[in-house]
Amino acid sequence: MYEKPLPAVDPESAPYWSALKDNRLILKYCRDCGRHHFYPRALCPHCHSDALEWSDARGTGSIYSFTVARRPAGPAFKTDAPYVVAVIDLDEGARMMTNIVTDDIDAVRIGQRVAVQFDAVTDDVTLPKFRLA
Amino acid sequence: MAKREAVIVGVADVPLKDGKVLTPMSVLQAQALAARDALADAGIPMREVDGLLTAGLWGNPGPGLLPTVTLSEYLGLVPRFVDSTNIGGSAFEAHVAHASMAIEAGRCEVALITYGSLQRSEVSRNLAGRPSVLTMQYETPWGAPTPIGGYAMAAMRHMHEFGTTSEQLAEIAVATRKWAALNPGATMRGPLSIEDVLKSPMISDPLHLLDACLVTDGGGAIVMTTAEHAKALGRKAVHVRGYGESHTHWTTAAMPDLARHIAAEVSGREAFAMAGIGHDAIDVVEIYDSFTITVLMTLEALGFCQRGEGGAFVSGQRTAPGGAFPLNTNGGGLSYAHPGMYGIFLLIEAVRQLRGESGERQIKDAVTALVHGTGGMLSSGATCILSTR
Repeated sequence: MYEKPLPAVDPESAPYWSALKDNRLILKYCRDCGRHHFYPRALCPHCHSDALEWSDARGTGSIYSFTVARRPAGPAFKTDAPYVVAVIDLDEGARMMTNIVTDDIDAVRIGQRVAVQFDAVTDDVTLPKFRLA
Repeated sequence: MAKREAVIVGVADVPLKDGKVLTPMSVLQAQALAARDALADAGIPMREVDGLLTAGLWGNPGPGLLPTVTLSEYLGLVPRFVDSTNIGGSAFEAHVAHASMAIEAGRCEVALITYGSLQRSEVSRNLAGRPSVLTMQYETPWGAPTPIGGYAMAAMRHMHEFGTTSEQLAEIAVATRKWAALNPGATMRGPLSIEDVLKSPMISDPLHLLDACLVTDGGGAIVMTTAEHAKALGRKAVHVRGYGESHTHWTTAAMPDLARHIAAEVSGREAFAMAGIGHDAIDVVEIYDSFTITVLMTLEALGFCQRGEGGAFVSGQRTAPGGAFPLNTNGGGLSYAHPGMYGIFLLIEAVRQLRGESGERQIKDAVTALVHGTGGMLSSGATCILSTR
């Protein structure tokens, strides 16, 4: 039984979470300014265009910043601590939060290359975690 | 008719012992007691309050969803100007700005700003994230300890870009404790060394337990009116010379630059431009210290030092009593009190300093103060420049 918080999927986010169930990480791409963004929005946060489409991310990027959670984010994460929470820059230019899956948390550094690793935590939700590439 | 000018004319906070209110009470009761004392300080009866401003995390979900509505009912008031702007712990600096605009536009005569929290007595705080709905569905599942995890990632990035060290962050906690030692109302007053901070448990790398603010109760209130009204009351008025507010994000990944407090850059720039003064004119500074890194990044954002130079700026106990840059003179959120949203207490301390009521910790001849609140995850900034002239 998975007891950690799960995303409250809504009509806007449903395609994103649905693609993850098929082990695909997808981003919104703006046809007007040519930039990707994360999380998916109705209007491009860079140029406010509505000419957006979904595109497949390569699933690679680098660590922009991170922390090692020595104290858990509530009881559900207690057995995981210590664990790595990071903000990563995907190679498409979008930035997202994730976990870095590693046996050596003390070796994690800003700038390290990472690759997506899909974790089906329930039948309905697959989380896009990352490992050092 | 002369232009109406808004001033602060009364402040009060609820006394604490060991971070808790002295007798068990409700959060509405705490705000009512603070309001009563602030109005007594101003010499204005409660019935004259016609502007009400509050923000809080109390009674939510429930009556706290509409906080001014609930509070005005509880106090027996029918205001004609209301504002429950909630942008996190900086909300109260924004309230002073909004109340100033309302008073100067003639939309109210006496504005009451309150805050209350019983989070320590109620043991209601933990590190769990926000409900994972809407924007938070992309963050809460990752288990960042909240809010410290976001601040930790900002600190990690600041260290990476500028070489900022844990020792430099600890300088802030140590200097702030020295101010708390001079404040009989502060929660933590015992001696503290840089080594103590570095040896305290790591909570979320690179932030230690003693890089983080306290978890306490607290209640506070501020009364504002016109300069003319204050003069008629024979009360010492604190003028609001400048203000500004902004916010950039709430989810950590959406922060435009994790090593840069852009909301504070905007609010500070607005406040200084409105006041028409430079940094040298500021005698005392009260900056929101949810974490040590918050202070360091805010000092840079407000222009007291260059970007990346915050670590050097706070080194050598420059912000401690007797130092060149008096900062967080009541002992701050780090050592005085931190009841969830701390911003109102920054204002209360600045007013007391400007009125010369701060006892052992008084900054001699303080005329002008800068107060800066930060809310959320370095999300919002609101700045006020206050002066007795």
